[in-house]
Amino acid sequence: MHKKHYPQIKETVYRETLPNGLRVILVPKNEMAQTYGVFTTDYGSIDQSFVPINSDERITVPDGIAHFLEHKLFEKEDRDVFQDFTKNGASANAFTSFTKTAYLFSATSEVEKNTEILLDFVQTPYFSDQSVEKEKGIIAQEIQMYDDQPDWRAFFGIIATMYNAHPVKIDIAGTVDSIQLITKEDLYTCYHTFYHPSNMTVTLVGQFDPEQMIALIKKNQAQKSFEKPPHINRFYPEEELKVAKAEDAIEMPVAVAKCMVGIKEEPKQDSQTFIKEELLADMLLDYFYSKSGEYYQELYDKDLIDGSLGFESERQKQFAFSVIGGNTSDPDKFAETVKLQLDSFKSYQLRKEDFERMKRKMIGGLLRDMNSTSEIANQVSQYQMLDIDFFELLPTLESLSLQDANQFLNNWIKDDNVAVFQVKIAEAS
Amino acid sequence: MIELNEEQIDKKGYKLHIVNSKKFKTVHITAKFRCLLKRETVTKRALLPFVLQQGTKRYPTSNTFRRALDDLYGAVLSMDGTKKGEQHILTARMTIANQNYLSDQDSILTDGLTFFKETLFAPNATDSRFDPKVVEREKQTLKQKIAAIVDDKMHYANMRMIDEMCKEEPYHLHVHGYPDDLEQITAEELYSYYQSVMTEDPLDLYVLGDFEAIDIKELIGNLFDRNQSEPLDSDLSPEIPVIDEVKDIIEEQDLQQGKLHFGYRTHTKYADKDYPALQVFNAIFGGFPSSKLFINVREKNSLAYYAASRFESHKGLLFVFSGIAPTDYEKAKAIILEQMKAMRDGEFTEAQIDEAKRLIINQYKETLDDPFGMTEVLYNQHLAGSSRSVSEFIEAVESVNHQAIVQMANKIELDTTYFLTAKGGQSNA
Repeated sequence: MHKKHYPQIKETVYRETLPNGLRVILVPKNEMAQTYGVFTTDYGSIDQSFVPINSDERITVPDGIAHFLEHKLFEKEDRDVFQDFTKNGASANAFTSFTKTAYLFSATSEVEKNTEILLDFVQTPYFSDQSVEKEKGIIAQEIQMYDDQPDWRAFFGIIATMYNAHPVKIDIAGTVDSIQLITKEDLYTCYHTFYHPSNMTVTLVGQFDPEQMIALIKKNQAQKSFEKPPHINRFYPEEELKVAKAEDAIEMPVAVAKCMVGIKEEPKQDSQTFIKEELLADMLLDYFYSKSGEYYQELYDKDLIDGSLGFESERQKQFAFSVIGGNTSDPDKFAETVKLQLDSFKSYQLRKEDFERMKRKMIGGLLRDMNSTSEIANQVSQYQMLDIDFFELLPTLESLSLQDANQFLNNWIKDDNVAVFQVKIAEAS
Repeated sequence: MIELNEEQIDKKGYKLHIVNSKKFKTVHITAKFRCLLKRETVTKRALLPFVLQQGTKRYPTSNTFRRALDDLYGAVLSMDGTKKGEQHILTARMTIANQNYLSDQDSILTDGLTFFKETLFAPNATDSRFDPKVVEREKQTLKQKIAAIVDDKMHYANMRMIDEMCKEEPYHLHVHGYPDDLEQITAEELYSYYQSVMTEDPLDLYVLGDFEAIDIKELIGNLFDRNQSEPLDSDLSPEIPVIDEVKDIIEEQDLQQGKLHFGYRTHTKYADKDYPALQVFNAIFGGFPSSKLFINVREKNSLAYYAASRFESHKGLLFVFSGIAPTDYEKAKAIILEQMKAMRDGEFTEAQIDEAKRLIINQYKETLDDPFGMTEVLYNQHLAGSSRSVSEFIEAVESVNHQAIVQMANKIELDTTYFLTAKGGQSNA
């Protein structure tokens, strides 16, 4: 087991890759009562087109299948796995994103037992025709719940406006129609292809002894047999940098309209470039659009926003985009103003003192993230998939220069990589 | 065994609570002002946090105010209003990096405390009013926020149910205020209300963090001292109306998913002897994914994605909430009522009781791993005048038996059911 101490943040991290390919990351934090364990596979909603394990033919599976699989993994022939955790005083959950599926528990006792339950339930699938049918009603309600949420609709709306064919534009849960197509066989195909240990990471943060824990995980894995680690061939459509549509809108029966402005970006493969751009994108969006930001102030002074203005940068190796948006009383004027602001990025010169202030702000934010076992575990495993060490973010951040920032900023906006999506108020029917 | 390590000190005009904990890399400061919920003041109290966060005497614009926070290693400040029972709590929170993790930053905590103090006690105002421009603009922000509640269906349904259920009690009042009252508020009136809050409302100040290397008492000194005139007459709970018959409310909107909410009276509050029985009751009934509501509404009948219950500790209410297809109203309602009947009939096993207790204890310990969670636990205890150590809490939960839970189930009374559904929705059931 590889042990690494990070003196500045006073944490020690243990890492090992097991013979079957599973990556294990252990972060003991004995001052916390809670232990948080997360078992993550490098498989999300965008992995729809691939060559299944033991096959040479490319297939495309229905929208929403990664999320459907996440739901179904909790159900076994004789029981629901939630109950296995609750019997041991733990709470369990799972989530599916564009690029990963994560299963997690948190517990303040029986940590070893709960770790075994986590490993075992994810590694023993049981799907039946009947239980697949039953889940369709539950997931349909989940989808309809999101359909009623204007924030969710606005977020997926701006993605679909920016992208032509890339599956990032598809709702993670799929649609009520697409999930009807999912079969037990589809689930097994996806499972065997993407849930091989070599495609997965288990991360534990909290109260345990790292030597005992790694021994337990090794023993657990040695009892199971897996096929040879597959090379997974995944296919994503070519996507140009130009947005699919410059603007789009829907009408919803909302009381307050919304407007989102999106920047479509080129995804970066090299980990060093990736993390540098991620930190810079976060820093610069914050610089302009948080409450201390110059452009936030402009939108506020023009009465175009309320407290709900938000921004985020979603960056993976397959796609990258940033969005700014929220409630507005005038979606057209909001769009026009933000587009002009973004255009100014091309020649904007960030000053040294502002850059240093933003750096300090991000350092404080990182320390805050490190207060919580769940936040650490999720971030560590997310960055692991990108070959980035979460605990090295602090020194990476410190090494960024003003020149890096201005160079990124000046090249962010192109002539055709910005899109607008609006949720307009539907006239009463 | 973990303990809370809280030290309470009576200061001039407020109570200081110092909580020493090695868990966090940040320091957390929380100020809580309380008063009784009243229609005359509720909107002013809702507006106050918006105006106070627009600047202080030293940093008179929102922009300079927020930049000063950024300079403090991205200190995070927030302020809001919530209700606990019949009281309206105004809370200001600040999170700031602990200087132990920063090189050459010995004064950051002193600067943070001063900033926090000035936000509350030295706002951007003359001796008779806030800046009228700021007040008018923030009225718009709050107005839009109130308008947008209807776009968040779960929140809206919960609010509407309480409107109907607690019509005759101050508890029905909306903590975000009322648009009609908002129109009338002037910069002078708001300032005069502000002064009464700062001088009359009981104030509790919590400071939580790792103070091994910091003399926190010395740092606070007399910084927050004030001349408080009147102690709050806190025992003014209104009489609970007698329930003649259950109110069933159905409201229609243009939406996909119906929201079914139930409101019960538990007649049980935080400091009551049988409060632990209520906690265990709720854990079996609807508090967790292993509970009756989740198992029966979701897993067995596929009617919903979520079905759960939670209770309010300072007034004695229990809420059930679920998102269902509009056509499933009768079916879902019957299943929820059956689960309550099963609880009253004692249809749960010793194993379920045991599991419920472990989940509650796990959840409690996890709450104490979160800085603001810990502060809330301590404040709840303080308000209820009941201080329990961690081990006393666990003991009380452990001591609940089958009979006590059945008694609790029979003490709980259904008051109101509320269904927010699609136009013409549930009629084609």
